[in-house]
Amino acid sequence: MSNTGRPTRPSALGSVEPATPTFSGNRGLMHDDPLIFEQGMHGRSGVDLPDVPGYDHGRLGRLRRKSAIGLPGLAEPQVVRHYVRLSRLNYAIDMGLYPLGSCTMKHNPRLNEKLARLPGFADLHPLQPQSTVQGALELMDQLAHWLKTLTGMPAVALSPKAGAHGELCGLMTIKAALEARGERRTRILAPESAHGTNPATAAMCGFTIENIRANSDGRVDLDQLKAALGPDVAAVMVTNPNTCGLFERDVIAIADAVHAVGGYFYCDGANFNAIVGRVRPGDLGVDAMHINLHKTFSTPHGGGGPGAGPVVLSRALAPYAPVPYVVHDEQGFHLVETVDQARTGGASPCGRISAFHGQMGMFVRALAYMLSHGGDGLRQVAEDSVLAANYLLVRLSEKLTPSFSGPCMHEALFDDRFLKDTGITTLDFAKAMIDEGYHPMTMYFPLVVHGALLIEPTESESRASLDAFAETLLALANAAQSGEKQRFLDAPQLAPRRRLDETAAARKPKLRWGGEEPVRAAAE
Amino acid sequence: MTKYTKDHEWVRLDGPLASFGITDFAQGQLGDVVFVELPEIGRRIAAGDQIAVVESVKAASDVYAPVGGEVVEINSALVDAPDMVNASAEGDGWFAKIKLDNPSALDGLMDKAAYDAFVGSQS
Amino acid sequence: MRYLPLTPHDRAEMLAMIGAKSIDDLFVDVPQQARHFHPLELPPHLGELGVERKLSALAGKNLSAGSAPFFIGAGAYRHHVPASVDHLIQRSEFLTSYTPYQPEIAQGTLQYLFEFQTQVAMLTGMDVANASMYDGSTAAGEAVLMASRITRRQRAIVSGGVHPHYRAVIETVHALSGGQVHLAPASIDDLDGLIGMIDDQTACVVVQNPNLFGAACDLSALAQAVHGRGALLIVVVTEIVSLGLLTPPGEMGADIVVGEGQSLGNGLNFGGPYLGLFATREKFLRQMPGRLVGETVDADGKRGFVLTLSTREQHIRRDKATSNICTNAGLCALAFSIHLTLLGEAGLTRLAELNHAYALDVADRLAAVSGISVLTPTFFNEFTIDFGQPAASVVERLAGRGILAGVPLSRLWPDEPLLANAAVLAVTETNTAQDTDDLIAALKEVL
Repeated sequence: MSNTGRPTRPSALGSVEPATPTFSGNRGLMHDDPLIFEQGMHGRSGVDLPDVPGYDHGRLGRLRRKSAIGLPGLAEPQVVRHYVRLSRLNYAIDMGLYPLGSCTMKHNPRLNEKLARLPGFADLHPLQPQSTVQGALELMDQLAHWLKTLTGMPAVALSPKAGAHGELCGLMTIKAALEARGERRTRILAPESAHGTNPATAAMCGFTIENIRANSDGRVDLDQLKAALGPDVAAVMVTNPNTCGLFERDVIAIADAVHAVGGYFYCDGANFNAIVGRVRPGDLGVDAMHINLHKTFSTPHGGGGPGAGPVVLSRALAPYAPVPYVVHDEQGFHLVETVDQARTGGASPCGRISAFHGQMGMFVRALAYMLSHGGDGLRQVAEDSVLAANYLLVRLSEKLTPSFSGPCMHEALFDDRFLKDTGITTLDFAKAMIDEGYHPMTMYFPLVVHGALLIEPTESESRASLDAFAETLLALANAAQSGEKQRFLDAPQLAPRRRLDETAAARKPKLRWGGEEPVRAAAE
Repeated sequence: MTKYTKDHEWVRLDGPLASFGITDFAQGQLGDVVFVELPEIGRRIAAGDQIAVVESVKAASDVYAPVGGEVVEINSALVDAPDMVNASAEGDGWFAKIKLDNPSALDGLMDKAAYDAFVGSQS
Repeated sequence: MRYLPLTPHDRAEMLAMIGAKSIDDLFVDVPQQARHFHPLELPPHLGELGVERKLSALAGKNLSAGSAPFFIGAGAYRHHVPASVDHLIQRSEFLTSYTPYQPEIAQGTLQYLFEFQTQVAMLTGMDVANASMYDGSTAAGEAVLMASRITRRQRAIVSGGVHPHYRAVIETVHALSGGQVHLAPASIDDLDGLIGMIDDQTACVVVQNPNLFGAACDLSALAQAVHGRGALLIVVVTEIVSLGLLTPPGEMGADIVVGEGQSLGNGLNFGGPYLGLFATREKFLRQMPGRLVGETVDADGKRGFVLTLSTREQHIRRDKATSNICTNAGLCALAFSIHLTLLGEAGLTRLAELNHAYALDVADRLAAVSGISVLTPTFFNEFTIDFGQPAASVVERLAGRGILAGVPLSRLWPDEPLLANAAVLAVTETNTAQDTDDLIAALKEVL
């Protein structure tokens, strides 16, 4: 558990004079919009539907709703304006560099959106007769082929719906493989720099997690790992490239060591975008690795999902992949949908992890991205993302303090030593970036360095964009070091909101609109 | 006489009962406390058992029983006013009172000077 | 390459600035034997036109729902989605933003999630809802884990009316940490039987309403029995449009309501991405999985929204988190919320009534076909029929005639010979009288 907090309520309350208030409450192009519940009128609707034919009212099992739901009624123009106004309060990768380390905010090609909406993909029911969805099953098979080739792994489970769901799927195959061997192993080892999902997933699977310290160059301490290994270790979970943006130099030795004690090597593939086309996890001894299609393969993050987290599996774990999956014979493509059906084919699935076949809409987008880049272009993606991150690492090191020496992979990690004695924290520095028109980088993660700032530019940025970003950050660092403290403490001042009182939000949670009666004008 | 643990709890003997909470140093590390999960009255605990959870917005910490015994009273004021832990960690921000199994249970714990030195060595 | 702004000249200059001789210098930490110097055996890059041709060819091999008389439901439903929904969710600021970690520049996402949470709580009749899960089935799995945390009991009872895929997910996920799942046999109405199965070790009872067979049932008596034993009632709703017309689970005593939100705003998408809904009572708030958005104020006192109660989550609580979930289904939640905002109370009610009225009509017309009987007595927009012969073969023969006629129950319950002749059919506002005519004409040929 993380037991170090940070300021979560505005300290600068009232210290800055707000700009001259406007009569409307809006500021130029910046419009606030009330909640839909504060705009609704009873009886109004933004959808025209036909009249309901007469019908027998007795066939709902006496379950007809007696109370009103309370939903507001708005016409289409009001709805469109509401959401357009809301949208303009958000930062987006289409607007500017989005340097969230470990999150990989790269360009989302619109071709992919167009293709995912083809009725031949978007308007298919998951339980249609399989004879009517052969093209969809073939697409899943093609995506699987690309993923297997890029990772050098023999099998892939497509149904996980996000990275954390993929972790769960991967650990489940490990648990099933151990059970098949008649072994009950309880421990999982993971570096302390791991994503929080790693220990959370291990706990869901009934394993206990043990932290392995990082060595002084930000990587797994191989000696400590080896010392912790034993016959009760089910797996090691290692992110590679790791959350410090570094390639684990000893990765093959780690794999060998865990295999030597009969455990498995789970690789968190969140950062696969740094090595795609250049390094195949299958060559590193990996047994299972999830791939976030929304990171490496550009499916949009959508404000927090949907994602997709296929898991590639080694030969040892492949038989334990969950149902459903696609198989191919001379008659065409088929779905194996039940555990019994899979058993007759010689497999031993670990069960089922979601209702249907996976995030098909994301599969279409990811495959479009792969086909667009080709094998050659994907390799270039990895190289450009690593080049851009190293370029920022070198340029920013002029003022900022990098946590480790040597080149990084796709993201550059700094700590807060450059802010020492300035009275400015990583958080203040990040909030000042907002006033400069940038989304802040990932902060305070990984936990292994103090006041972390983790910057991932991705391959989508031009040289001019990288330069402008670097110059802005250097100017801010300069301002911080020359005593312009108030600029940081008051930031942001130019965003749709200033710092928000997260303390109050957590002490008295208000999680839904309520209390006030909806506006009911006379227009009924 | 207040004693301290390495997990940053304090404990104070008050007749047959020992009240405890988290130290002022611990509340400072956590930031604004927003929630405290208190133990049930009547629960029997051994020293070192996890007995409560204290949360700020960005952090959470398990709290371990500094001494063994039975929980006989809890500070239910913290439910509505968790900020008391910030304002008065070692006073009004107490968590619960324990009826001690062993009256000499506090003997092995640190006194103020030893705890201050411990905190100093940690940072 | 159209997506990569760096030119060869840029790359050369940047490498020089870094002090690297070649890009390989930046990959020095990769062990020698794992470095790939040759391109992988994959086709080279393609222009838009080339990609579009390849994927359109695959799409063209499928029979899309809109191009056939279509009667399939069973967990995913075809509804008409207003044009403005897809336009709005494709706004760059929604589509290409991340999880709202910086609330000052993410109020758009945070406000719509707050509105979404309110809509879900209202629809289900519950106190609070989260900002979404992956889909209905994973939400159901999480609900069972949550019930075990709250009751400190390990045994879940799952009704035979719950979608078999949901049952499989619950069984798989709960078993991982030592939980037991008692699966009741397939049944159109097993509520009384479930009551008899509850004991002092029961953490929760999971029912679906309307259930897989389409049956809509009053859950009040079950809720009372469940609570009498100190257990929790979890209600699954796979067709959320039903709540425009049906008494919400919250009014029948549900402790946790999980749902599949795909019906509103989201397409069929061959199974995903979908939208998991999760709502509960306020007293269970801190045991909830998933993200929550709450209202607060900023430094100027203006109303704003933030992610809150995050100490439940994996990035802070790690192995003690309520779930490992991180990414959810934000954009699908937005589509749901926009569609529901467009409908409003009046629109949703009418939509639900249309679904019910059309379904009654189709059921009555099918019941009049010789050899067919309708098995579900009370239903919303979905019902089970018996063909008097193996349904899988009937459905396949109808597909050969261009009609997508429902899900044969043998696909979902392969081990239940009693269900082999049955199929479940759904009818929505998108169905026309002509669709029904075509279905009945074709049935008369194949039966």
